[in-house]
Amino acid sequence: MQAKKRYLLLVFVSCAFLAYCYFGGYRLKSNINCLEEELKSFVELNSLQGLTGSVGAARTKGRINSNSAEMCRMETCFDFSRCQGSFKVYVYPLEEGTLPSSSYQKLLNVITESRYYTADPKDACLFVLSMDTLDRDRLSPDYTRNLQVRVHRLPYWNNGLNHVIFNLYSGTWPNYTEHNLDFDYGLAILAKASMSQSHVRTGFDVSFPLFHKGHPEKGGEPGSVISNTFPLQKNYLLAFKGKRYVHGIGSDTRNSLHHLHNGRDMIMVTTCRHGKSWRDMQDERCDQDNKDYDKYDYNILLHNSTFCLVPRGRRLGSYRFLEALQAGCIPVLLSNSWALPFAQVIDWNQAVIWADERLLLQVPSIIRSITPDRILKLRQQSQTIWERYFSSIEKIVYTTLEIIRERLPEQSVRDGSVWNNLPGALLTLPTFSDVQDDFPSSSSIEDVFTAVIYCQMGSTPMPSSSLHRLVANVAKSHYISGIVIVWASEKRTPSRSRWPVLPSNVSFHIVQTSADDSISQRFRPLAEIKTAAVLSLDEDSVLTTDEIDFAFVVWQRFHDRIVGYPARSHYWDDSKATWGYTSKWTNDYSIVLTGAAFYHKYYNVLYTEWLSPLLHKTVEQSQNCEDILMNFLVSHITRRPPIKVTQRKQYKEQPISGSRSPWNDPDHFVQRQTCLNTFAAVFGYMPLLRSNLRLDPVLFKDIVSNKRKKYRRIELVGS
Amino acid sequence: MKLYFKVFRAPYNYTNLAVYKTFFIILFIVLVISTLSAFTIYFTGLSKDENIHFRRIELNVHKAPQVEVASSIILKKRNVNCTHWDCFNIYKCGHTGHDRITVYVYPIKKYVSRDGIPAAPLFSKEYFDLIKAILNSKYYTVNPNEACIFVSTIDTLNQDKININVTSAALHSLPFWNGGANHIIFNMLLGSSSDLSTVIDLDVGNAIIAGAGFDTYSFRKNFDISIPLFSPVAKLAEQDDTSQQRSWFIASSQLGIDPYYLDELQKLSYQHDNLFLILDACHNHNYTSRCEINSGKLYPYPEILRESTFCLIFRGERMGQFALLEAMAANCIPVIVMNDVVMPFNSVIDWKRAAFFVMEDYLNTLVNVLKKTSDKRIIKMRENIKFLYDSYFSSMEKIALTTLDIMQDRIYSHWSKMYDDWNLPFTQRMKNPLFLPHTAPKSHGFTAVILTYDRVESLFTLIRRISKVPSLMKILVIWNNQGKHPPPLSEFPKISKPVKIIRTRANKLSNRFFPYKEIETEAILHIDDDIVMLTADELEFGYEVWREFPDRIVGFPSRTHIWDNVTRSWKYESEWTNEISMVLTGAAFLHKYWSYMYSKKLTPEIKDWVDENMNCEDIAMNFLVANATNQPPIKVTPRKKFKCPECTNNEMLSADMGHMIERSQCVDRFAKIFGRMPLQSVEFRADPVLFKDPFPEKLKRFNDIGSL
Repeated sequence: MQAKKRYLLLVFVSCAFLAYCYFGGYRLKSNINCLEEELKSFVELNSLQGLTGSVGAARTKGRINSNSAEMCRMETCFDFSRCQGSFKVYVYPLEEGTLPSSSYQKLLNVITESRYYTADPKDACLFVLSMDTLDRDRLSPDYTRNLQVRVHRLPYWNNGLNHVIFNLYSGTWPNYTEHNLDFDYGLAILAKASMSQSHVRTGFDVSFPLFHKGHPEKGGEPGSVISNTFPLQKNYLLAFKGKRYVHGIGSDTRNSLHHLHNGRDMIMVTTCRHGKSWRDMQDERCDQDNKDYDKYDYNILLHNSTFCLVPRGRRLGSYRFLEALQAGCIPVLLSNSWALPFAQVIDWNQAVIWADERLLLQVPSIIRSITPDRILKLRQQSQTIWERYFSSIEKIVYTTLEIIRERLPEQSVRDGSVWNNLPGALLTLPTFSDVQDDFPSSSSIEDVFTAVIYCQMGSTPMPSSSLHRLVANVAKSHYISGIVIVWASEKRTPSRSRWPVLPSNVSFHIVQTSADDSISQRFRPLAEIKTAAVLSLDEDSVLTTDEIDFAFVVWQRFHDRIVGYPARSHYWDDSKATWGYTSKWTNDYSIVLTGAAFYHKYYNVLYTEWLSPLLHKTVEQSQNCEDILMNFLVSHITRRPPIKVTQRKQYKEQPISGSRSPWNDPDHFVQRQTCLNTFAAVFGYMPLLRSNLRLDPVLFKDIVSNKRKKYRRIELVGS
Repeated sequence: MKLYFKVFRAPYNYTNLAVYKTFFIILFIVLVISTLSAFTIYFTGLSKDENIHFRRIELNVHKAPQVEVASSIILKKRNVNCTHWDCFNIYKCGHTGHDRITVYVYPIKKYVSRDGIPAAPLFSKEYFDLIKAILNSKYYTVNPNEACIFVSTIDTLNQDKININVTSAALHSLPFWNGGANHIIFNMLLGSSSDLSTVIDLDVGNAIIAGAGFDTYSFRKNFDISIPLFSPVAKLAEQDDTSQQRSWFIASSQLGIDPYYLDELQKLSYQHDNLFLILDACHNHNYTSRCEINSGKLYPYPEILRESTFCLIFRGERMGQFALLEAMAANCIPVIVMNDVVMPFNSVIDWKRAAFFVMEDYLNTLVNVLKKTSDKRIIKMRENIKFLYDSYFSSMEKIALTTLDIMQDRIYSHWSKMYDDWNLPFTQRMKNPLFLPHTAPKSHGFTAVILTYDRVESLFTLIRRISKVPSLMKILVIWNNQGKHPPPLSEFPKISKPVKIIRTRANKLSNRFFPYKEIETEAILHIDDDIVMLTADELEFGYEVWREFPDRIVGFPSRTHIWDNVTRSWKYESEWTNEISMVLTGAAFLHKYWSYMYSKKLTPEIKDWVDENMNCEDIAMNFLVANATNQPPIKVTPRKKFKCPECTNNEMLSADMGHMIERSQCVDRFAKIFGRMPLQSVEFRADPVLFKDPFPEKLKRFNDIGSL
């Protein structure tokens, strides 16, 4: 039996060996080859230059000294000394007898009305031509002649140094050469549509969107996505309707689109019926194509399709791109090497699908492989980008200027997450703060606030006066950090002893402004305001401590909005075709007055520094409407309505008849109506949004023991 | 194995040992033969796989066979006009139905010219790591015919170590070279020859260069890939702490910088005391020690970088600088003083989040720019640097994989990662999936989804009641009782809105959250079949509130969670408190997206538990929504009592004490599974604007708002 055992053992061992070879053999194999330790590094650091003493004059080496236009970079083709401290844009005066196209005129208007504009060429950092350079196609009616000569006659041309040239079309039939602007633009920066990636000079040119003649100067159409239906079910998956060019540059892509057409969810209809002599050029498909083409309506396709094909035309870009973006139809790009508009700052991956012209036939399978989740994201982002950067010429121009500004030395920059998220870079001033947490869009918020009380009448805070009581009530709040009195009266500021005694942790400041100053002074970004939360009050506002505390905890949850007590409403008056303003009790509201409301400190900065001077002038002239303007501003940024808390509607003491209160004025109401309409005109649209609800404490007026309730005293207030 | 045992038992019948012996010897021989054949199959790659003739390359540098190549070819420059759209052969990628790129690596060979000059005598450790990372990556393929991208095993990392002519010839001799199309050439150090080149001088034709020395002139956008210059000593500087105070504000430690910069820096450091630490080489020719430029004090390098907030990176002989990775490892914010620089992985990484850029001629503005930076920003940037360094830069493996990931995203751009995926640490990537700010259109209305088992009477009452809500579009009855047929539609109350019955396959609570295709509206009213007390005004108002908060749970019955200090766990609380953090889905409006998320994306750990225990599906939904949106739910109107007075039977699940304990356990368990407590408490509820106001009823929109 010994032998038997020995044999058994032998068999087992060989079995084990076999198993080892089978399962673990490859590991053994790579172990054999593991000779890593013997390998040397790719560089011997100790023999590097610099250590051995030879210090190269590296700085000037590799510097391209030639001023050749193709090699331009900011460092070589831009004079930064003109831009020290400020970023101003000068627009040449219009030459007599010439009229730029309507698009270019709008573009110039936007610049001259903006805060970038300077009338003094000595202050200017950037120069913009008054001669229309948008259309540089010789065959076009908007083509400006003799540009070469006229540009060189300009007093500050200097071979294009520090100039920006805006351009939508370049080149002409039959080649449509991309960089042929038909004049020598020298060292100027191009803000140009339809560029190819390799022609954009890195960090110098700005890729620009191609927009219609009818593109609005301001405001602009909002995105047409009004719901996040999920999963998105549209009649069509992918659609395209457009011209095709039978011959010549860029025609191949559109000519082969008919392969994708299936008449069900992929609609690809083209026509060759355009131009004078299309019959001479037509090919065998034209008749069939035209028949299909007439079956579909462009706008219906645009709004009833999940994806929209954006193929190249003669040039790389097309109008279709912005149209699809606006319609919430996710663009599928079929335009190899196209530099998308503002690709310097916008991450287009979040809003479009890149297809490859070479793989045209794979487009359907690519589209079908995109998950509903990604579609939801893409669609929402396409709307965000459209509304923040493209919906008006104003936004397009501002974006261009901001991209250039960020390149200058000592200017603060914003990273991609600011550009690609709400509220977008144009509404995020980097001068306010360099961290996102300080802006209203952040997720974290501290739990203290500063009360700013605007005193216009200059009455002394007698212990019986409403101002005295207000300060005392505010000081009792759990969350108070400081009180700032903005004293806008000729009367002397009352001495410290006149004011109620405050707890030691509450700071108290009085800021004197002269009575001639605009009423907008109440929104000045004062250094005394240390907290993100601002409680804005009028001197005669009436609020209890419970109300202040409750409003503040609500604001902490909605810190990008205005949260407060007095609510008002706007409405469209059809008979007069104007906007109306009402302070009546209504079932909804769109304005929360800043006489008793919380908002984020950042809006003070935007109000003062960002709003158009035209708006400030309106407020200044009427000494009124500053609160409506603040509501416009905040709604414009958040695209959400303000929030009203609890029942209180009367937020001021009834003025004793005959006293001088600016709110008692019969003109006051008419004025506010006028303001509403002026603001809407300057914004280019009506930013105010309505809300149907107010927020109350959870146990508000419930038939439960009062002891359970945290905000007991609010219930005593009534309306 | 079974076979063996059968044969095994048989010999008991034999008594003759010799027979026994022969049997075992035969068995052993069979085993040996099978072992040998297994080995031969394994090593020759003769498997039944379709890759029948291909096998993984051997990573054995020393045993590499020698190959002779032509000693002189006519060297051409690379094609400077290459773009992804014309030099890259896209047809090689994806035609096999793959969802990702495939990378083929050539076998390691020693290339020698006819006169005996080797192409690349050195096979460096770094290149070994890089090749190894590719071989172990999901992109690797052994089959060159299905490969989309090719990587050569000639170590081209350091141009000084290779012979340009022979290496070029060797590249051209590669079997799938084809003018360089779809090949990636890795290069980190350019030659030290004094020409202006910022790109490797090899004749690479149409190949993609993954290089570390590009400037904006030599970098072919959307074609080349800019990679970092790997520093073998960066590991020494690694630093985890991002919040610590540092003794120096600005450090310059780079070797061999232009004397002009040195002058400028010294001028600046005279103006600003104690801000600057300016280091240069010591006399001992050691890379890992640096000396203060004036005092000569010796510092260990790169560890000293941990002591500075900002680290200057200058243009040197080359654009790629070791100092960048060393600074990033030390969590020192890089300040890049290089015109026309192309930062590593610039096509995906947003360097504005992690570095400052100062133009070469504006070095004098340095202190102004950096002094403006807030402390919060510095911490944020350090966190960003740490994330970037750990994910993309810390090893050759990471660098190789990032390069391939970039190629993957370029070729399959419709599935590509987005900005946030590349640039934000995982915890910061949470973005509300319904982020578009809008009020949902009123006209779309909502669909009521009623989960019912057999309470037909109560169901009919409910249907009659909610049919009066103006914005109701459709009622969906989810019949969860498999043992019983639902009453025929004809017995249902006659209402003006369509009613649809869906019979489920199993009695699961999660059936109520299935995104049925019959639901055509965005808004869903989830309602229990016994909640019959809500008025039409209340429901219509609830829908109005949901329209303003379409991403949240908006509903009537609210609950809250509290931290129990005694049991150290989360507790469920149904008392009427001043706070709410959950709105139960017994009567709540939700976006259809959340039903989809619950059914498709909720972790099975929670979903299965809910279905097994028939409880907590509403808590799970509250966790899901709060976790994705970071927003609390919204409670509407005072309504709190949901037990109808006439329902005295104990059918009501919620009445049960054990049930409550279970729900507390749910809250605690879910918080653990989510890794955090996503629920947030708020102190408010939503009421109609004129709620309880002394105002004529006919002017109020919502009058019939019940109490409690």
